[in-house]
Amino acid sequence: MKLRKIALLIVVTLCALLLAGCGSDKPADEPAVTDVPAVTEETAMPEATTVPAQTGKVVNVYNWEDYIDPAVITLFEQEYGIKVNYMCFTTVEDMIVQVEANPGAFDVCFPSDYIIERMIAGNMLREINFENVPNAAQTIPYLQNPAYDPENKYSVPYMWGTVGILYNKTMIPDPVQSWSILWDTQYQKQVFMLDSIRDSMGVTLKYLGYDLNTTNVPELMAAKEKLIEQKKSGVVKAYQVDETKDKMVAGEAALAVMWSGDAMYAIDLNENLDYFVPAEGSNVWVDGAVIPATAKNPENAELFINFLCRPEIARMNCEYICYSTPNQGAIDLMGEEYTANHVQNPDQAVLDKCQFFHDISPDFLPVYEAMWMEVKNTK
Amino acid sequence: MRSDMSLPWWAWAAMGVGLVAFAAMVGVTIRRNRGIHRSLFASPYTLWMIIFTVVPVILIGYYAFTDANGAFTLDNFKNFWDSNFNANKSILAAGEAVGQDYSAYITRGTVNVDTLVYSLWMAFLCTVICLLLGYPAALIMADRKMKLGPTLVVLFIIPMWMNFLLRTIAWMSLLEDSGLINTFLKWLGFEGVQLMYNSEAVLLGMVYNFLPFMVFPIYTALSKMDFRLSEAAADLGCNSWQTLYKVTMPLSIPGIVSGITMVFMPSVTTFFIPRVLGGGNTMMFGDLIEAKFLTEGNWNVGSALSLIMMLLILVSLSILRKADPNGEGGGIA
Repeated sequence: MKLRKIALLIVVTLCALLLAGCGSDKPADEPAVTDVPAVTEETAMPEATTVPAQTGKVVNVYNWEDYIDPAVITLFEQEYGIKVNYMCFTTVEDMIVQVEANPGAFDVCFPSDYIIERMIAGNMLREINFENVPNAAQTIPYLQNPAYDPENKYSVPYMWGTVGILYNKTMIPDPVQSWSILWDTQYQKQVFMLDSIRDSMGVTLKYLGYDLNTTNVPELMAAKEKLIEQKKSGVVKAYQVDETKDKMVAGEAALAVMWSGDAMYAIDLNENLDYFVPAEGSNVWVDGAVIPATAKNPENAELFINFLCRPEIARMNCEYICYSTPNQGAIDLMGEEYTANHVQNPDQAVLDKCQFFHDISPDFLPVYEAMWMEVKNTK
Repeated sequence: MRSDMSLPWWAWAAMGVGLVAFAAMVGVTIRRNRGIHRSLFASPYTLWMIIFTVVPVILIGYYAFTDANGAFTLDNFKNFWDSNFNANKSILAAGEAVGQDYSAYITRGTVNVDTLVYSLWMAFLCTVICLLLGYPAALIMADRKMKLGPTLVVLFIIPMWMNFLLRTIAWMSLLEDSGLINTFLKWLGFEGVQLMYNSEAVLLGMVYNFLPFMVFPIYTALSKMDFRLSEAAADLGCNSWQTLYKVTMPLSIPGIVSGITMVFMPSVTTFFIPRVLGGGNTMMFGDLIEAKFLTEGNWNVGSALSLIMMLLILVSLSILRKADPNGEGGGIA
């Protein structure tokens, strides 16, 4: 008899505990550090394991994987006595979900241009007090007042780059500087395309002379047909993202659509590779430093952003990450080594034809998605 | 992009009711048996099943039959039949916005149906190949006269110590143009061949990964078999082919059925292998569902596709069950 009661009691307690566990779906006020996307082995940064103290000097930084010189964090902590809680994300979509779900958890984030646009529209960002960020004046003119933040109130460019073509000089000594090379049937099974909706559609739209952000249905139909034609003609070897740079280093294909930073990485490993942005223009992108509206330490955030804009520091990050720096001071410090590098420092004439991505409205996005699926489904 | 995935109150209530019912069930069991019965020890497993199997399936059902706002809809299933279903609505709306008739751009998208048919075909091929390769291997492994048997068992098990993702990636360094096989071919003076980025490479990856799931159930069934039966068959005049066909095979049917089940199920739901070895040139149904959830953030259509796949597996398993009515092979349906 006693045993029965005890058993019942145990079961009821267990159930109650379980229910309590299920019920707490409200985001806790403190940062849910465990929710931060898992860090892969290759990251140089330790995953944030400490919950930031509410008092004391801290700044909670939320950045892309492997996207800062680790020494920079140490230098900042030493100089200002502010503890940097450094956390990482792998996709910008993850980042925006985390920032929404954990108000106050992050003081500095590094979203891409169209995400900055979306966050501004959603009142998720705090205006930066530029009196505290004097080094932001170092930003090159091209990226001042950019389309995604036209009044330059919410963001400071951190890194930027282009989308272009990485090619193997031993296989194609003198490529046509145009997207049309990706449709040239003499390069059978020699092209790596990006398995990414906006990038692959964008490349094709630019090739056809259309706007990168078009929502014009006939133009998009033309782009889709072009991509299907490309797949059927047999030039495409594979649609992939992360694997491409290593495959290009290994000489697996002659041509690949690629981001400039990844291209730099590949060229460093294989001197037979080179990169160009086609004459029709392309996508240019920026990752900017922003302060979420809910940030608890905005002054420290501004100090941190200002520190990143210091020419020596921007140079350290630029040399570590290999993307282009928006910082004029850093460019001057690096001198010819940077300015002569056409991957990191493309011609202004090419840049004039490049465009930022803008957010496609959720009502229209299914058109892009369905078209891309049709391309992928082509046999 | 859906950022808010919180459930409506009634879903929580349903889960609560489920748990209370579970507690009541346990309580009744105790009462009926006037004390703790042995079945009480099964309750942790029942609870585990409820939390990690029943509840997720209910959630898939919930998302499959609702839209982004949580209202009841069958649109997700129309999306399966016509993959352009949502896009067509946007196209017509865009046409209206510019005052033009875009109905010429409306077509039925066959992506989802095509991909499902392709996945079933690939799974069928993979199962057949695994059976043809696996049965002889299991025979050798179970044969007491052959010294090779135990070694073969170990050789089949050793690769399973390593995660299948890594093993699949390792295939890349064998198959790629600058990989081991092509390097060897070129060293012999032959032309290199493109082995990767096609359906055959995907099939190879699937067979490689799922072969042990075919071999081991058959091996178990065969080694349980009384080998005197085949000796008797030989005594009574069967040659070795006849013994295999008339005695050994029928006795190993539970193993075969179990093996087919264990290979067919993961084959239909394969993903990642087409991306790595197929280079994204072909999609399987698993890739499609992954894209719906992760790339498009459309949990509702993704759930509908998952539900359809689960139904298909259930149907094929119940057909298979007819071949092994006693369920000795541990078939699941």
